[in-house]
Amino acid sequence: MSVFKKIIKDKVSLISLGVLIFLYLGAIFAPFFSPYPYDEEDVEYIWAPPAKIHFFDFKRKIFFRPFVYAYRYKIDEYYQRHYYEDKSKIYPIKFFVRGFKYKILGIIPCDLHLFGADTKIYLFGADGKGRDLFSRILYGARVSLSIGIIASLISFSLGLIIGGISGYFGGRIDNIIMRIVEMFMMIPSFYLLLALRASFPPDLTSTQIYFLIVIILSFIGWAQIARIIRGMALSLRERDYVYAAKALGVSDFKIIISHILPHTFSYALVAIVLSIPGYILAEAGLSLLGLGIQEPEASWGNLLSSALSIVKIRIYPWIIIPGIFILLATISFNILGERLREILTSRQ
Amino acid sequence: MRKIILRRLLVSVPLLLGMTFITFLFIQIAPGDFLDNLRLNPQISPQVIDLYKKKFHLGKPVIIQYFYWLKSILKLEWGYSFTYKTSVIKVISSHAINTLILSLSTIVFTWLFVFPLGILCVRYQKSFIDKFITFFSYIFISSPTFLLAIILLYLATFVEFLPLGGMRSLNFDDLSRLGKIFDILKHLIVPTLVLSLGSIAYLVRILRANLFEILSSPFINSLKARGLSKRKILLHALKNSLNPMITIFGYQISGLLSGAALTEIICGWPGLGQVILTAVRSQDLYLVMASVFIGGLLLILGNLVADILLAWVDPRIRYERF
Repeated sequence: MSVFKKIIKDKVSLISLGVLIFLYLGAIFAPFFSPYPYDEEDVEYIWAPPAKIHFFDFKRKIFFRPFVYAYRYKIDEYYQRHYYEDKSKIYPIKFFVRGFKYKILGIIPCDLHLFGADTKIYLFGADGKGRDLFSRILYGARVSLSIGIIASLISFSLGLIIGGISGYFGGRIDNIIMRIVEMFMMIPSFYLLLALRASFPPDLTSTQIYFLIVIILSFIGWAQIARIIRGMALSLRERDYVYAAKALGVSDFKIIISHILPHTFSYALVAIVLSIPGYILAEAGLSLLGLGIQEPEASWGNLLSSALSIVKIRIYPWIIIPGIFILLATISFNILGERLREILTSRQ
Repeated sequence: MRKIILRRLLVSVPLLLGMTFITFLFIQIAPGDFLDNLRLNPQISPQVIDLYKKKFHLGKPVIIQYFYWLKSILKLEWGYSFTYKTSVIKVISSHAINTLILSLSTIVFTWLFVFPLGILCVRYQKSFIDKFITFFSYIFISSPTFLLAIILLYLATFVEFLPLGGMRSLNFDDLSRLGKIFDILKHLIVPTLVLSLGSIAYLVRILRANLFEILSSPFINSLKARGLSKRKILLHALKNSLNPMITIFGYQISGLLSGAALTEIICGWPGLGQVILTAVRSQDLYLVMASVFIGGLLLILGNLVADILLAWVDPRIRYERF
């Protein structure tokens, strides 16, 4: 509890915690916050710029009330669309409107949305198929943010158990396990990531790819954790209480689970928080190259893949917004992890 | 010293074998193989495919295939790349040079900035400069290289002088020798920046924390009591903060070939990253294996270099470990 209080007191870590909570809430309640389904296409809004929200219209005597204009476009001689606002009619932004149907947490059916208007309102603009980037970022957050947590939890459980066994028993078992760990650490991780991805057929469904990525990431990540936990277990097993437990006839497995691993907990917590950004980035990198989550499903990585074309960023600069979200998430996790480490080490 | 190096080298042999076997296994588990593409091609007869199958021992169990591969690696015949249609050695060596150029320029650029920035932080601790540097180091540590690459390439579109990706201009062949070097340097700017910003940030943070710790240790106090100038004290502290930096330098050497893959792909730098991406996409077994092999070899060498450097710098380690 005191750790939590210390985090709340510290301004920087409070902000990063707030950002993370905000992002995760956005991901969990993505359909509520997003005005359109993530795969709804609109030919009239291909590469439309972000909606400009106005508050004043002196001709119509509107003050301090948010509204938007509809976008229309002209096509120039290069078949390039030029969007402009059609000022003949205004569309006030409404809150808690009814829209497409979804299920809250996958259970409760609902069709309420945070905001909407009688015309298209694309807060972050549209992509090449006229889909709402804002909604897609929210839905993409579900993939990107959950992959980080799940993968780090799996690789941690693996690393904890294997490292614990290796350090506790020592001797030959330790030797063998550590050699295997070193082999895994030696394979260049990005190459391994690609090689692993290549060893599965390219035409999987998005759910399959999701779990595949989770498994691949945890598969790469466990070795490093196992090594560090092993080091801690090596010194922990010399403690008196471990000898006492042994003398009382407690089984080895039980000693590892209930006497060795709990003492690595504070380290593990810090390391989990600090490792999540790496997993988020790995997923993003894979999806960016087209090897991860496939269209029309969204993840922050594959949303950014259209930004790989320099010409497109130059003309449609808003396609870089998903990258800003990736940055926000990774920075927040890093700051939070660092602060946690400071708090936990100063306490000891 | 010679004994240490020999022992380390001997230990790394089984490591290398295990690592390559793991990779080999994964690629072989994959459904389909690199002959699938050839089978789809109507111009290649089934006889030719059978010939290939025999030549590369494709029908046999994985472990036997692995031993065949190992044998050929030891004979320095690294196999044939089906996507590039030449020998693997040719593909790798022609691309590895480009990656080496990029990595070396990154290392030089990085170390050029780390020590001045770290010393600035410590000299003016808790001042605006210190806070400014720490703030930016936080951002650059957290920002993924691909995002940095995209943003820098975007910014480069506003600077007429900077090329947008690639390694050579279109008129490269017409340039004079000096012009050619200048042209490559120009193309190096963006990928080098992308790769070094993150590592500069990381190293400055470590150096800073380390220097602070050492500056508060008793031997510095005694130096102060003897009336040494601030500069000389800082020099003593710097010398003592070298250990972790050397370890990291070793890691950098080991990442020479594999560390830049994603950046290379995004910046269009024709290095090993691009090769392995195409190789993986088309399941070009021998090419993937060779790249992983070289990557692992460099990792071992890098660790070895780091260990030797450490033992050379720090007598404590020399006596304790060996």
